[in-house]
Formats: sequence, structure tokens, C-alpha cells
Amino acid sequence: MIRDITIGQYYPGKSILHKLDPRTKLIGTLIFIVSVFLFHSVPGYLVATAFLAAMIYLSKVPVRFIFKGLRAIFFILLFTAVFNILLTPGKVLWQWKFLRVTEEGLILAARMAVRLVYLVIGSSIMTLTTSPNQLTNAMERLLRPLNKIHIPVHEIAMMMSIALRFIPILLEETDKIMKAQIARGADFEKGNIFQKAKNMVPLLVPLFISAFRRANDLAMAMEARCYHGGENRTQMKPLHYHRKDLIAFLVLLVYFVIALLSRIFGI
Amino acid sequence: MGIIKTLQLCYDYLRYDDEGNDPVPSRAVDQVDLDIEAGSFIAILGHNGSGKSTLAKHINALLMPTEGTIWIDGKDTKEEPELWKIRKKAGMVFQNPDNQIIGTVVEEDVGFGPENMGVSTENIWRRVEESLKKTGMTAYRKHSPNRLSGGQKQRVAIAGVLAMHPKCIVLDEPTAMLDPVGRREVLDAVTELNQKEGITVILITHYMEEVIRADHVYVMDKGHIVMEGTPREIFSQVDQLKNYRLDVPQVTILAHELKKAGLEIPDGILTAEELAGELCPSN
Repeated sequence: MIRDITIGQYYPGKSILHKLDPRTKLIGTLIFIVSVFLFHSVPGYLVATAFLAAMIYLSKVPVRFIFKGLRAIFFILLFTAVFNILLTPGKVLWQWKFLRVTEEGLILAARMAVRLVYLVIGSSIMTLTTSPNQLTNAMERLLRPLNKIHIPVHEIAMMMSIALRFIPILLEETDKIMKAQIARGADFEKGNIFQKAKNMVPLLVPLFISAFRRANDLAMAMEARCYHGGENRTQMKPLHYHRKDLIAFLVLLVYFVIALLSRIFGI
Repeated sequence: MGIIKTLQLCYDYLRYDDEGNDPVPSRAVDQVDLDIEAGSFIAILGHNGSGKSTLAKHINALLMPTEGTIWIDGKDTKEEPELWKIRKKAGMVFQNPDNQIIGTVVEEDVGFGPENMGVSTENIWRRVEESLKKTGMTAYRKHSPNRLSGGQKQRVAIAGVLAMHPKCIVLDEPTAMLDPVGRREVLDAVTELNQKEGITVILITHYMEEVIRADHVYVMDKGHIVMEGTPREIFSQVDQLKNYRLDVPQVTILAHELKKAGLEIPDGILTAEELAGELCPSN
């Protein structure tokens, strides 16, 4: 179960989405996220759904990969849904002692659930079709103006790409350590939440030690391969906008205008 | 002077204790003199803690000698302000394949070195292509490194070093975490590079079987170089090797014991075929 998080798991392919400039995809994802919060009616969500479905279709990534990412947020989803349903004041539909379900609560819960799910699916599509290196490349390019105010953009981008690369490795390691500790009699299932947290110590300590060791090794390996920061560094895959990026931006613009209009006119 | 030369090379690690006392130096490499010819295949053997990895990190200028000097292709590592010029000449492959792959796609990782060196985009692609071909990893260029086997990951790491066009490659126990198949894969790739491309190879290992292919072998113990010679010369001194806690290949031990028992066999048998040939010359 622990390996099923799709973030940082690039799915190699040749679809049109894979070939788009990562900056386009990054901006597109941001626009999509904003639009999800702009829409607040059923027709609006239908537009977002259609957009998302089209993107999934264009990405040519098997649907199960896309939905895998949702499992990780299942509990957050459940949590927000329960709280929204129970704690929103409004027209009471059902009441039992202090618990009550309101119409507004149900609507809000549904809306939040849809937003969360779309958010995760939207960003999953981006990370599945863009290699993390490309993604950080895009961020580096888009944030380059910040260099002027002495923000180490290149270094931050490099840290992010390394973090992304090590997420699956560390997850696998967590799995391994967990099994090793279970074999030694550790129990990660039993007890209340505090005991469970305490039981995580024999998992977290070795994990941290190993992460530090890996970091040390990696730093050495990077230095051995002449890494010395962003200065005088060339790129294997420099970013260029193409015709399809222009088309993508036009599509995004139309989509965003629809989202804005739906908000303004409250459709 | 060969491509790598050291003179009285010493290195101290500082050991800190829990009480916050002043650090105590502990010597990892002690007065090592080496002179390695360009184009040769060198193996450095040693048990854990013999100082072999520390020595290797000097070749790449990752560590600076405490005393003595090391020259890489005529350049003193202490006097070179731009260390990556040395690192360009001497590439390094480490033990753990996972901890040295930076890219999330094989080809991007191979391109990492040239990117750092400021090679132009076109040339990076050419270098990547060529390095992948030389290590036989072209078919995997679009793969994620996480889905490769250990041997394949190490070959990617070797390709990454090759793309920097080094004169010499240092491999620090590259096979320690691999299965026998992966081990063979990596060694074959390395041997081929040495023979076809003329790249100087320095293989650091504690598996004696792997040094058979080397031109020259150094044995290290407690920071010193204690033995040197061709593999055959080294392997003929079975008792001494055992003293240095090295695992002598079983065939060599068998041949050694047979000789002690009175059979007429030459010293330093390296392979089973060789021993068979000696025992039954008619075959």
C-alpha cells in the first residue's frame, strides 16, 4: 500500500501531454487548480470534469495509475467530509443528540470532496506526464526572476528534484524496515493513536539514519560528477515553447475565461 | 610520471567523541606511494577499514591529503583551484547504486555530468548516446532507474561517468551490493572500457575473484600498501593474504593445499580451468 503514491512517479510515454513544455503544464495545472475553486455549481463542475477527462484521455496514462494517487488522500477526504457534514450550520435534515446533518453541510462536503479529488488528479496528471527533472526545470525557469532578490532558485529546484527522486526509494525502505521490525515482534497495528505513534519510533529512527547516509553519499556522488551549483551549467534538455504549447495556452485561456465567467455570473 | 602518482600520501580522519573533547586524528591512509600508468587496469584489494576507499576519494579530489601529495595527470590536487577540472579527468563510481543516480530517467542521469561541465546541449546528447552504447544500456535510456536491476544501475552510473570523458575511472567497491549476475555485468563493462577505450581503471574491491583481470594489484592493510604485483604474484602468497583477512578464491586455496601436500603445481592458480589443466595435462 505504501508504494502506491503516484507523486514523483513519472509514467514514460509519447502522448501529446508528455511532449508539451513542462512550463505549459505547470501553468496549466495552476490554472486548473484555481478553476476548481472558482467553480461552485454543478454545471461548473461538469466543465471541470470534462476538462479533466479530456486531459486523462490525452495523457494516454492508464486510468488506474491516475486514481492510485487518490488512495493516499482517502483519510483526509473522509475527515473533511465528516467535519463538513457535522459542523456546518444550516437547515437541519437529521439530528441525533448533538450530531446533526445539514443541507448546507452536505453540499459543502460534496464540494470539498470534489475539489480535493480534482486537485490530486490534476496534479497527478502533471507529475505522471512530466519527469520530475523537467518539472523542476520548468520551475527554475519560471522563478528565475527571483534570483534578483537573492533567492537561490537553482538550488531549490535541485533539492526538489532530488527529493522527488528519493521518495520512492525511501518508501520502499520504509516498507522493508517495517517488515524487518514486524519480524522482530514490532506491532504497528495495535493500540490507540498514541501507542501507535510511539510504535513508529523503531521505524523512524532507522529510516532517518539511512536517509542521512544516503544524503551524504549522494552529495559525494554529485560532487564527483563536477556539480558546483547553477553557475556555468548547461542543460541537456533546454526548454523551448513550440506550436503545441501555444495551442495549449489558448485552450487554457478559454477554459479559464469560462471558469471566471461562471464565477462572476454565478452559474 | 603516470596518470596517477602519490608521494607519501597520508590522510587523518578526525574522530569526535560524545564528551566534546578535542577530536582525535585517526590515520586511514599512511605513506602511500603509487604510480599508475595511463591505460592500465589496477585493482586495490583490502579488508574493511584498510583505507582503500579513502585512497580512492583522493584520486577524485573529494578528500585532500593531510600530508604528502597526489598528482592526477600531472596536477597537484592541493594546488588546483578548480577542482572539477580534476574530477573531469578521474570519474568515480560508488558502492550503492541507488545513492549515486541523480536523474529520474536513465538518459537524464547520464547527462548530469556533462551538464555540470558546461558542455553544449548538442554535445551532451552525443555523449549520452555514446556512453549508453558503450555500457550496453541504450535500450533502457527512457527507463526510471528505480526499475532497473543492481547491475544495470551500476552500468548507468558508469555511463554517467563515461559521458564526462574521463581519462581514468575509479570504482569504489562497485559490486559489493550486487548479485553474481550483476557483478559479472559490471566487471565485463569495465574490462571492455579498459581494453577498447584505453581508459585507466582503478577497481577497489575486497572480492579477490575480481582482481584476476587486473594488470597490477595493490593490497592494502591498515592504511599501508603491503603487497603489490601481478595477480599471479599476489595469489601465490596464500598465507600472507589470509593474514590480511582477504578471502582467497577456493581454487587458489585448493591448489595451495595440494602443493603443500606434495603435488607439483605452480603457485598462483587463478581459475578452475587452470587447475584442471595442471592436474590432468593430457586434457
